[in-house]
Amino acid sequence: MALNKDYAGRSFPATAPYEVSRVKIAEFADAIGDPNPLFRDRAAAQAAGYPDVIAPPTFPVVVAMAASGMVVRDPGLGLNYAMVVHGEQRFEYSRPLHAGDLVTAQSTISAIREVGSITMLTTETQIRTMDGEHVCTGISTLVERGEA
Amino acid sequence: MSGAGGAARYADVTAGATLPTVTYPVTRLSLIKYCGASGDFNVIHWNERVARSVGLPNVIAHGMLTMAQAGRYVTDWAGDAGALVEFGVRFSAPVVVPDDGTGATIEVTGTIEDKLDDNRVVLGLTARSGEEKVLTRARAVVRLP
Repeated sequence: MALNKDYAGRSFPATAPYEVSRVKIAEFADAIGDPNPLFRDRAAAQAAGYPDVIAPPTFPVVVAMAASGMVVRDPGLGLNYAMVVHGEQRFEYSRPLHAGDLVTAQSTISAIREVGSITMLTTETQIRTMDGEHVCTGISTLVERGEA
Repeated sequence: MSGAGGAARYADVTAGATLPTVTYPVTRLSLIKYCGASGDFNVIHWNERVARSVGLPNVIAHGMLTMAQAGRYVTDWAGDAGALVEFGVRFSAPVVVPDDGTGATIEVTGTIEDKLDDNRVVLGLTARSGEEKVLTRARAVVRLP
């Protein structure tokens, strides 16, 4: 099913505040199999100049999930999630997320493109602290494959 | 630190240099852990029946789990896991993870593509799983000391 192209350019509300925790960072680092001490050891992170343990570079997807979820679950968009694969992902960082950050994520659909039997949905998600400091922008392209 | 080196310095980096290849394993357990840690429970990452019914060869890894291995490659090389300025990939083929007790591997290689101002270095990355190129247009910009 084709996506509703009227959704291109649509902005979604900012998420409720998300508190980045040491436990979640460690769980995520374990799940990706990365033993880096900066993700687990506060003293090591502070020795490297950070206020607390930092999050791996792809951790912002955890924070962005609630925001991008609003996009993919919007019934008016018409996305069939079982037919979705991740096409492209990009991050632009002002700094790494660290434990203790209180942030919010806000998504905008930047493009909906049809190429043959597939449809590409590009979403830009800004992650900022509650004070408005930019931490990271994630640009994600999801691909909805045609019917199998 | 393990992997592709550690503690790279801007002055010592040469454009055109190739970095060592590092191989990372991905198993069904990795996918289940990543589902839980990331909150992405799309059934194609854990249910073979559904994966096949939507035309996939088997359960496939989350693209973001593959990207995380490329990210680890970069941060292990840079020596500072907070050194990334930009990081982007295209997922060109899925990492297929069979239930055979072995799983799949992701092999990552990097090249120093360019040195920019402000101590920034551009890395071009390739990632393969078996014969398939699973990431293309993979590129990271890091700021080095």
